[in-house]
Amino acid sequence: MPDADGLEMLAQRIRDLRADAVIEVTHNHGQAMIEVAPDANREALVVLSEQGYSFLSSLHGVDYYPDEPRLGVHYQLLDMDRVDRVGVKLRVTLDDPAVASVVDLFPTADHHEREVYDMFGVVFEGHPDLRRILMPEDYQGHPQRRDFPTGGEPVIFTYNEPQTPGWTQ
Amino acid sequence: MDPVSKVSDYRKLEESVTLSTVEGPLGASGSDGASTELFTLNMGPHHPATHGVLRLLVTLEGEVVRDLKPIIGYLHTGIEKTAETKSYWKVIPVIERMDYLAYFFNSMAYCGAVETLLEVEVPKRAQYLRVIHMELNRIMSHLVWLGTAALDLGAMSMFWYCFRERETILDLFEQSTGQRMHTRYFQIGGVIEDIPVGFAAKLKYLTDEMPRRITQYEALLTKNEIVLQRLRNVGVVDEKTLLGLGVTGPLLRATGNPWDLRKAAPYCSYDDFDFKIPVGTVGDNYDRYRVRTAEMRESVKIIEQAMEGLPEGPHITEDRKIALPPRHELATSMEALIHHFKLVTEGFRVPAGEVYHPIESPRGELGCFVRSDGSSKPARVHMRDPSFVNLQSLSTMVEGSYIADLIATLAMLDPIIGGVDR
Repeated sequence: MPDADGLEMLAQRIRDLRADAVIEVTHNHGQAMIEVAPDANREALVVLSEQGYSFLSSLHGVDYYPDEPRLGVHYQLLDMDRVDRVGVKLRVTLDDPAVASVVDLFPTADHHEREVYDMFGVVFEGHPDLRRILMPEDYQGHPQRRDFPTGGEPVIFTYNEPQTPGWTQ
Repeated sequence: MDPVSKVSDYRKLEESVTLSTVEGPLGASGSDGASTELFTLNMGPHHPATHGVLRLLVTLEGEVVRDLKPIIGYLHTGIEKTAETKSYWKVIPVIERMDYLAYFFNSMAYCGAVETLLEVEVPKRAQYLRVIHMELNRIMSHLVWLGTAALDLGAMSMFWYCFRERETILDLFEQSTGQRMHTRYFQIGGVIEDIPVGFAAKLKYLTDEMPRRITQYEALLTKNEIVLQRLRNVGVVDEKTLLGLGVTGPLLRATGNPWDLRKAAPYCSYDDFDFKIPVGTVGDNYDRYRVRTAEMRESVKIIEQAMEGLPEGPHITEDRKIALPPRHELATSMEALIHHFKLVTEGFRVPAGEVYHPIESPRGELGCFVRSDGSSKPARVHMRDPSFVNLQSLSTMVEGSYIADLIATLAMLDPIIGGVDR
């Protein structure tokens, strides 16, 4: 992990490109995290990958309910030469959950972005094939959101099948 | 037409088939245009060669794969959602069921993330016990891969040999943890119990025997003409493309990149042990096979060293706010009873924060992201499962190759659908 000074220098390089891009720089539990503006994720990732953090090891979706803005997207970048990791995160609101896709920069983001779209409803603009990946295609809602209830769907057995007419449709 | 002449016509047709090599797709020279037509084949979700409920949409031109799309989600169980409804230590059993061949790794990634949030010290003995179980698990997972992959190439006997050794390892797990699979052995702050009497002797038998057994497998496969023809120069992908696709583990090491988190960023006392990282040269299926078999030997070495140098001391943290007190204390100590009651009913609270804890699983980087909001239940648990990421590279590996090689490449990719769908 870069130390606090190294992290601040990385953040400064992103600020050089766009002054308002970096919102917050945190260094907790030995993990470096840069929070960027929702529309600055591509710039930040390009700057960091030029600095050697060129391997996107993971991408997670997070729901910060009840805080606002609710939805978060985390990118975990890795520098394989210096064995160093840095995280980039951004937060978007439920009303405008649009984030620029990074599939053209990191092909590995393809499945990850589809999963975050599926589970949280974050729309990745520019993704070549943004469909549900784990849930069925006709599924309603985004189940990993914190206000989505668990166990709401009845399991259909022969005894309760007549009570749910039209379930096959 | 009477049935007799129908059969004889078929026999004539059969005799006209020569066993000479056919270049290109069958009937490519035909002028009907039918053979150059693309068609889409649906493989799975229930197909014995897809190693689980994986569905592949394969576009073929004759026998050549032109495009491939994996369709996943048939085994989605919502474990990440379930984890948000359970207190931290009750999450471990469900987390282990994600990648069902690497259960110790799943719980290690999760426990490591929570331990980072809690900033709790894991005793040295617990770390060594974890290493022993994880490396046994790695051998076990590679044995299942080797057996099923060889089965896909037509080698039935390998399957029985591999599963024989796997049973020995599962018996060891049963002895030390009480369960063959999904053991809930790793706890936050250490392991649930010390190893029982007699475990060391049985483990010694395995570590003595295993190198000889691996030599037997290699004698059967490494220079086997069929294996060489089916695996060499098949599914070659260069290192740069794999890095772009986020591929880690044996698949990346087969191209010559020695990236292994156990060496690169040692966790859980891996820096105490002397072991090598096997790498390949060209990154074809044969290299993937060689890397994994060599990894089993290295794992045996790690287990021997860990057992040799197993330090004395507690097997779980002494912090009673996190780990359950020993059973005998409950009868004599009021404090212990209160701690036990609090842990079992509410669980412990974890300070707010977000961590990502990556470890090296048999299939690559297995990372666990845990977000805590300060309560006794995690606010978000996400597994970066290597199978989920590595599966994206399948289409790159098989495009332009024959459909029979698709089966071999999929077997060498070693995806675990429980981990892909979670």
